[in-house]
Amino acid sequence: MALLQIAEPGLAAAPHQHRLAVGIDLGTTNSLVATVRSGLPTVLADELGRTLLPSVVHYGADGVLRLGDEARSHALSDAANTIASAKRLIGRSLADITAGTVPYTLVEMGNSAVGVRTRAGLKSPVDIAAEVLRVLKDRAVASLGGELVGAVITVPAYFDDAQRQATKDAASRAGLHVLRLLNEPTAAAVAYGLDSGNEGVYVVYDLGGGTFDVSILRLTRGVFEVIATAGDAMLGGDDFDHALAAWFSQRSDGWTDADMAALHAAARRAKEALTDADEVLMQCTRSDGSAVVQPLSRADFDALTRPLIERTLGPVKRALRDAKLKADEVDGVVLVGGSTRMPAARAAVAQLFGREPFTGIDPDQAVALGAAIQANALAGNHAGGDDAGLLLLDVNPLSLGLETMGGLVEKIIPRNSTVPTARAQDFTTFKDGQTAMMLHIVQGERDLVSECRSLARVTLRGIPPMVAGAARIRVSFQIDADGLLSVSAVEQVSGARAQAEVKPSHGLATDAVADMLQDALGSAETDAAARMLREAEVDARRLHDATVAALHEDGDALLSSPEQFQILKAMQGVADVLAECAEDEGSTPAAQKTLREELRRATDELNRITTPFAGRRMDARVRQALSGRTVEQMAA
Amino acid sequence: MTVSVTPKAAAQIRKALAKRGSGVGLRVAVKTSGCSGYAYAIEFADAAQPDDLLFDSEGVQLLVDARSLPMVDGTQLDWVREGLNEGFKFNNPNATANCGCGESFAV
Repeated sequence: MALLQIAEPGLAAAPHQHRLAVGIDLGTTNSLVATVRSGLPTVLADELGRTLLPSVVHYGADGVLRLGDEARSHALSDAANTIASAKRLIGRSLADITAGTVPYTLVEMGNSAVGVRTRAGLKSPVDIAAEVLRVLKDRAVASLGGELVGAVITVPAYFDDAQRQATKDAASRAGLHVLRLLNEPTAAAVAYGLDSGNEGVYVVYDLGGGTFDVSILRLTRGVFEVIATAGDAMLGGDDFDHALAAWFSQRSDGWTDADMAALHAAARRAKEALTDADEVLMQCTRSDGSAVVQPLSRADFDALTRPLIERTLGPVKRALRDAKLKADEVDGVVLVGGSTRMPAARAAVAQLFGREPFTGIDPDQAVALGAAIQANALAGNHAGGDDAGLLLLDVNPLSLGLETMGGLVEKIIPRNSTVPTARAQDFTTFKDGQTAMMLHIVQGERDLVSECRSLARVTLRGIPPMVAGAARIRVSFQIDADGLLSVSAVEQVSGARAQAEVKPSHGLATDAVADMLQDALGSAETDAAARMLREAEVDARRLHDATVAALHEDGDALLSSPEQFQILKAMQGVADVLAECAEDEGSTPAAQKTLREELRRATDELNRITTPFAGRRMDARVRQALSGRTVEQMAA
Repeated sequence: MTVSVTPKAAAQIRKALAKRGSGVGLRVAVKTSGCSGYAYAIEFADAAQPDDLLFDSEGVQLLVDARSLPMVDGTQLDWVREGLNEGFKFNNPNATANCGCGESFAV
C-alpha cells in the first residue's frame, strides 16, 4: 500500500485551477443546467433567455428532432411522436407501466426494457434522456466557453439501481462525464446553504412535476448526512392537473380523446393562476372548436386536490419514523419543486411541522443550483468559502441482501445506510462436497426472497469439496457514491471468486418502492413467523441429511437393527413434517407456529435418538486415530 | 473525538517540521476522491483555521478541520517501513473498506 508523505499546505489538494463543471436537474417535466460562476451558483439560460427546458422530445415528420418548448408545441398535433416524461420510463420494464397513461406507443425492447415506437424508429428512454442532456450540455459549453470536466446529475432519492444506471448511460451517450449522481432533495439542501450552519435536522419536501421525495438531513459540524428518505415515485404536479382536468370534463359532455392534451394544458394554467389568484375562469378550446368555460375558486381546487396533498404526508411521516424523529424536532423545512408553489402544499407542510418552510430560492431551480455547487466541489475548484471540501453523504433507500437456504433474505446493507459503503459477511456451504454456490442478490425489506425484488444472480464455482459448513465464503457488497452496487464473493481457502455489477435487468413495478416499504411495515408479524418456520425447516433438513450420511457410513458397524429401525422411524417423523411444511404456502402466522412446534418436536426426537449413535461414532474415530501408536508417539 | 500519532510517527513529524524550519503542526484532512470514496491528506500547518480542532499527541500538534473529523475520529497515524518505502499510515476505525493502494477509504 502506498504510504503518505507530508505535503506543503494546499498542495495535497488538486492544483488550483478553474475547471468547468455543471449541475443538471434532469426532471420529469423540466430540466435545467447550472454552474458556479465567480463563486455564485447560476442557472444557465438558452439564447432566448429561457432557463427551463421542458423534458420533451419530438421526432418530426420532416426528420427534424425538436426539443423543449419547440417539441412541446407538437404534443397536441403529433402526440405519438412527442415524448414527454421519459424519466418515468427510464430503467423500467413494459410491465411496470400502466397501460393508457402515455399517448405514445410503448413496446418491449431487448433485456425487458421499455421502448417507444416513433417515426424515427424505436427509441429507448435512455435515448430520449440523452437528447435532453445533449441540449443542456451544448447550452453549457456555449455559455461557459470551454469543454466540461463533468456534470453532477440529480435523480429522485427513490431511483433504484437500474434507474440510476440508465441515467448514467444517458449521460455518457450525450457525451457527459458524470462526476456523481446526487439525490434531488440533497442537492436542494446544498442550494439553501444549509451546510454553512452548525447543527440541525432539516426536511426537504420536493413535489415536482412527476415525483415526490422527502429527505431528512442531519447536519453535524457542517457535515451533511441524509438519515432517511421516503417518497412516491408516481405523484407530482401532473396528478393535480389530471384531477382538475377530470373534474372539469365531468361538468360538460362531448369530450373526445383528441381534447385531452388541451384539457390538461387548461388545467395546468388554472392551477398555476390559482397560486396568486383566489378565483379563476378555467377555459378550454376543444378540437371541434367549441370552448368550455368554468369558474374555479382556490377553495374548490384545494378541496379537489386534498387527497393528493394528503398522499404526500404519509411519506413525510414514514421518513420521520425511520429517522426516529418527531415533527417538532425538525429545525427547518425546505420546499422544492414547482408544485410547492401551491398554497395548499405550503399550508399542509407548515401545519405538520408547526413552522413556516424555507422558500427563498426559486423552487424550480434549487436542485440544479445545489448540483452545480456539488459539481464545482467535485471538479476540484476551491472557492475558498465554506463549500470547499463539502462532504456529502447519501443513503440507500432499500436494504440489499442475499438469498440464503429456505428462501430467506440475509440483509447485508440495511436501508438508509450512508453511501459510499462496503460491507462483508461470511457464508458457508449447506451440503457436503458442495462445489458451487448461487448468490441471489435481492433488494427490499421483507424476510422472504419471494417478497423482495431480485437484482442479480451470480454463481461462485470452484469451492474445494468439504463437509457442509467448513467452507468460508466472504461476500462483499459495495455501493459507490452514485448508489450503484457491486457484489463479490471469495472462497477463502481456494481463492475462487465471483463478481457481479448490478446492471439494469428490469425496473420496479408501479409504486413498488413505496409498496415494498409499506408491506414491510404491515407484515412484520407474518414475516417473523414465516422466517422462523423456514429456519426450523433448514435446521431439520440439515439434521436429516447428516443422519442419512452417518447411517450410510457407520450404521451397520455401530448399530443393532432395532436401533437402526428406531432412528429410521424418527427420521420418517421429521420427513413427514417437512413434507407438510413444503405444502404450507402463506398460511396464517398461528398455523405456521403450530407447524414449527411440530417440526421442533420431531427434530428433538431425532436428536435424542441419535445422541448415543453420535457418541459411538466419536469413540470409533478416536480409537481409529490412536490405534497402532505408542505413548511416546502420542507425546511427540 | 480524538486523533493521535504513535511515538514513531511523532518523531518523524518533529523531524520534518524542524527540517522545514516553520509550521505549528500537522494537518490531517479528508478529501472526496480516491477509488474508495475518500482520500487522506497530510500537510504542514502554518496556522490554525477557525473551524480546526486541535489535538496534542506525543508532543505533536495535530489540526483537523471540523468536516474531516467525523471521518477520522479515533484514527492513529503511524510511521511504517515497508520494504524500501517508508511513510505514514492511517489506522482508521471508521473505515469500512480500503482500496488496494491504501490512499482512499470508505466509511
